[in-house]
Parts: sequence; C-alpha cells; structure tokens
Amino acid sequence: MSVQTTDYTVSEIRSPAAFIASRVFIYGALVFWAFVCLFPIYWTITTSFKSAVDVTQGHLIPFVDFTPDWKGWRSLGLSPDSISQTSTVRDEFLKRFMNSVITSVGASALAIIIGSLAAYGLVRYRYKFAWFRNEDISFFFLSQLILPPVVLALPFLVLYREVALLDTRIGLVLLYTLMVLPIVIWIMRDQFNSIPVELEEAALVDGLSIWGAFFRIVMPIALPGMVAAFILAMVLCWNEYFFAALLTSTDAKTIPVMVASQTGSQGINWWSMAALATAAIAPLAIIGIALERYLIMGMTAGSVK
Amino acid sequence: MAEQTSTANAWPANPADLIPAGRKRLGWGLLAAATLGLLAIIVVQILYKTEMSTVGFDTWRPVVYAYILWGAALGAWQVLTRGEDGQRALFLLPALLFTIAMVIFPTLFGFYIALTDWNLSSFTGRRFNGLDNFWQMLADPYYRNALLNMVLYVLAVLVEYVIAFGLALLLNAQIKARKFFRVVFLLPLMLSPVAVSWMVGKSLMEYRFGPAATLARHLGWDNPAFFSDPITARISIMMLDAWTFIPFMMIMLLAGLQAMSREVLEAARVDGATAWQTFWQVTFPLMLPVSVTAVILRIIFKLKLADIIITLTSGGPGGATDSVSSFIYREYRDRSNVGYGTMLAMAYLIIIVVFVTWLLKVASRFVRNVN
Repeated sequence: MSVQTTDYTVSEIRSPAAFIASRVFIYGALVFWAFVCLFPIYWTITTSFKSAVDVTQGHLIPFVDFTPDWKGWRSLGLSPDSISQTSTVRDEFLKRFMNSVITSVGASALAIIIGSLAAYGLVRYRYKFAWFRNEDISFFFLSQLILPPVVLALPFLVLYREVALLDTRIGLVLLYTLMVLPIVIWIMRDQFNSIPVELEEAALVDGLSIWGAFFRIVMPIALPGMVAAFILAMVLCWNEYFFAALLTSTDAKTIPVMVASQTGSQGINWWSMAALATAAIAPLAIIGIALERYLIMGMTAGSVK
Repeated sequence: MAEQTSTANAWPANPADLIPAGRKRLGWGLLAAATLGLLAIIVVQILYKTEMSTVGFDTWRPVVYAYILWGAALGAWQVLTRGEDGQRALFLLPALLFTIAMVIFPTLFGFYIALTDWNLSSFTGRRFNGLDNFWQMLADPYYRNALLNMVLYVLAVLVEYVIAFGLALLLNAQIKARKFFRVVFLLPLMLSPVAVSWMVGKSLMEYRFGPAATLARHLGWDNPAFFSDPITARISIMMLDAWTFIPFMMIMLLAGLQAMSREVLEAARVDGATAWQTFWQVTFPLMLPVSVTAVILRIIFKLKLADIIITLTSGGPGGATDSVSSFIYREYRDRSNVGYGTMLAMAYLIIIVVFVTWLLKVASRFVRNVN
C-alpha cells in the first residue's frame, strides 16, 4: 500500500489555533482507538501472570499493582521452571496447537493450489460447461461466500460419520478449503488480471506448453498475491470455531475449541485461561505484524479499481 | 463437455482432429472404466448398507477415493481427447469437482434431512416426516427471535461502517507513525474471536472486578452487568463483534481513500469548499462504490456470526442474544435434533440468499443513481 497522503482537512485550516486543535483531535482519536485495540490484548497477556487475587481485584500494571508470576504458564507446562518436566496439559496443548497448524496450513495450501488454477483458467480462457460460461462459473465460486457454516455443518456431521472423516484433520482441512476457496479465487483473479497476457504469448511462442507457461512465467509474478491470499486464508482457518466445535471431539480438536472448553468445575482459572488465549492469538499477531503488507493487499484485492 | 477458445486468439488451439484416433479411444476407455468403477462401488455400498448383500466396506470412504480417481480420469480424458483445450479445462476442473462434491451434495442431502424427524439421542433413527419440521419452525418463537436478532446485528453494521470510515480518514490524514497505527488498528482482525471474547467478555467485562465494569461504575453506571439484561447483552455482543471486524472495513475504505485522485480534492479546495463540504460533496460520493462493497462483504460475514455468542452467552439471557447460527448450534448440541436443526438452517439459507440477492440489486442501483 503506497504511503501517499491526501490531506485536505488540514490545509483547509488557516489559524494556528484551529490547526493545533485539529492535531489534538486527530492524535487523540488515534491514541484512543489504539488503546481500544491494544487493551484487551494487554489484559490477556498480563492476566496470564496474575494470581487469583490480582485478577479479582482488577490489578492492571505489573510490578506496581501486582507481582508477576509464571502461574498461568506453569499450569500449561510452559513456564521456565516446568518446561523440562513432563506435563499432560502441555502435551494436550501442543497436540491442539499442531492440529491448528496442520489444518490451517493444509487448508490454505490446498485452497491456494486449486483456487489459483481455477482463477487463472477463468481469467485467461473462455469456458463453456453446458450452459455455464465464465461469468456463471465465477459467480458459482464466489457465491459460496454467502453460504453460512451452519447450513453445511449438520449434513457434514452425518456425511463425515459415513465416510469416517469425523474428528479427523483431513475432514477439517477439506471444509476449511471450501470455506476460503471463494476468497482465494477472488484475490487471485485480481492478481492474474493485472499480468499482461503478452508475457504468456511470448512464452508459448518460445515453445512452452500452457502449463509450462503458467508455472515458469505466471506463477513467479503472481507470488505476492498468492502469499496475500495464503495469509488471509490462514487467519480465517486458524480462528475458525464453528466447524471445529461440531466436527471434532478428541483427536482433531483445534486451539479455539480448547480455549472455549476451559470452564473447570471449580470456576474459571483465569491465569491458565489467559495463558492459553495468549498462546492462541500469538502466532497470528506475529504474522499480522510481520506480514501486514500482504494482509492489506489481500483484503483490498478487487475492491478498488 | 467443455469448449474453449483462447481469449487472445494469438495462437490457434490445436484442432481436435490432429489427435490420433487411438489416443481418443484411450481417453474414452479410461473415462468409461472410471465411471463404471465409481458406479459399481456406489451400488455395492448401497447393497451392503441396506443389507441386501454381504460384500462391501464398513464406511463410505472408498466411494470418496473412487470419486477422486474418477476426477483424475475425467482430467485425463479431457487431455487425451481434446489436446490443448483439455489442458485448459484442467485448470478449472479440480476446484469445480471439489466445490461440487463439497457443496451441492451436502446441500441436497441437507434438504432431505430437513424433511425428516431425526434425533441422534433417540433410538428410532431417521424417519421421513414431510413438512412437520417446517410447521414447527413457523411456530417457534425462539427461531423468530433469532431472526429478529440477525436484523439488529446486521443494522449494527452501519454503526461499524461509520466508525471504520472515521478511522480510515484518520489514517489517511497527515500523521506521524502511520504504519504503527495501521498495524495496531489491524490487530483485532487477526485474533481468534473465541479467545478474545473469552478474555474480554468473561473477565474484562466481569461484573465484579472487570476493568470495563469498574470504568462503567466510575462513569456513573451503578449496575454494569453487560450480559444480564437483553438489550445490554445484545449491545455487548455487537461491540465485541465490531471490535473484531471494524479493521476489515477500515482497510478497504483506506484503500479507497488512497486511490482517490488528488486533483478533485484540490479543485474543491480552490473553489472554496470547507472540509465538511468537501467530505460530503466530494469524498463521500466518490467513496460510495468502495463503501458498498465493504458493507456488503461485512454483512455477509455478519450473517455467519456464531462463535462469540456460543462461547460467551450461549444465546442467553433467555435467547436474547441468539444469532440463527448459534441457535441451531445449540439445537444440535443440547438436543441432538438433527432433522429440525437442518430445517432451520435450510430456511435460513433461503432467507439470506434472497436477502443478499436483493441487497446486491439495491446496492448496484443505488451506486448508479448517486454517481
């Protein structure tokens, strides 16, 4: 995203007092919203270091209000002093974490592969399947976006039991692929449209087959778009809860399901809950900060002409 | 099956008659064999499952494998019989076969389940009961309530849109540390709604000690119970959902603002328009197409709202915060009522397909009229 400014509000204002007032307003609003965005994250992270008293008394600032302690992380088996010991909770957590990684990476990768191929075909060639033409096929793919998960969930519950895919990672991967496929096709269509067709024509003249031209010429150019689509798909799959809650029970449970099922018999262990929530949001927070450019690229694909 | 001509016409497609007859026969043979194999497995499986034969598999998994093989044979058939045209069809086939298998079949199956009385916890099994579920649905006050809630939740998108637009304008103004603010504003979108709604809804907004409740007390609200009476509970859910999704609209609107040509704004300023006038008469109309896209996408996501409600309120108090998805989720989870739950889901699907189609129509007319 280019960092250009279209500043018309400030240049409008002439007197220095009004200028300062507008600055104060703008930065005040920015800081306020940054606080709204960050405070829940801050609260989650700090709570994982609090004891029960600190939570119920609403202490906020570490070292001033309360003494941080590895309590939450110890209960997950991930604190410095417990990391070398065996811990069933940690094993459980790592298993869920790996499930989340495998399903979200697997589904995103699968969606990128079949989605990119379809998007490329739809952009470059004219198809006619019976009375369906390119526009109809594109619409068919994109219309899957409005399909709410709840419509598919119950039929899939029954079907997956019949084909022995219930509570398996493969089953989740297939569903998540379906869920993100429209978005991937949307982004990749935009990407391929922006690549000049002459490049491929030259490649074909040089003797490459159409698939050779796709892999050797088009793919490398479209790679940033693929990364963008992949990350957006990752985010959606990692955070998905509905299908995972319905279709998994013991083996394939993902992190969000584990987070949601943390009410113990003697109330909620805030510290372990907070540690778990921190662990659940950390990977994506890091990806989001590091690869923000691609995320924005993915989200704005096709929306601005 | 498929017929394509290249868009560019720069190179002629291989004429089909250049392909030797033997290769064509091979392609047709392959497709026929795969189709027969798939049908054979399905028939064997049906006979086995209906206990008319003793030969078969425990699960339907082999049928899935047979379908995948059949898809591969279909691709090979295209390439063998149609040469380069077939290779082009190969781009589209995987996604098409995948989506058809994953959507069309389950949806049709869903319509069938919707017409049955099927409770997983009862021993009687599945029983066809026609439109009984439908009549039950019409008389179900909780479902109507959930639909009404969806209307409210969708209307909340407009408030989210105003906030998102404001934030986009802020980020587009001449500010320092723009990248920092952009990353921070984007963060909520990345975070698992379940984890966040847990931490925010259940501890930050906790009645006794949550900082949000404490703050509300300081601001003069004596009884800051965010989830105990229907209206505040709904607003709390809306706020949590907005927190997650405002960045999504904000980013789209920001992209729209940055793509706007500066000349128009300069011209408005030269003409002596105030900032307020410039916004309403230049910026806002120019942003309308982007706005409509952002709002519609956001509404589509909103219609799927479930996870926050399931984890936070389970629809409570008394079903006041239920979205349709969370209601059906509990219908299945608590009552194992697959038949009725599916009927509700299918009715919802029809409602939102009609609604979104109408929305797209109205939106395109609206954009055309204003510009």
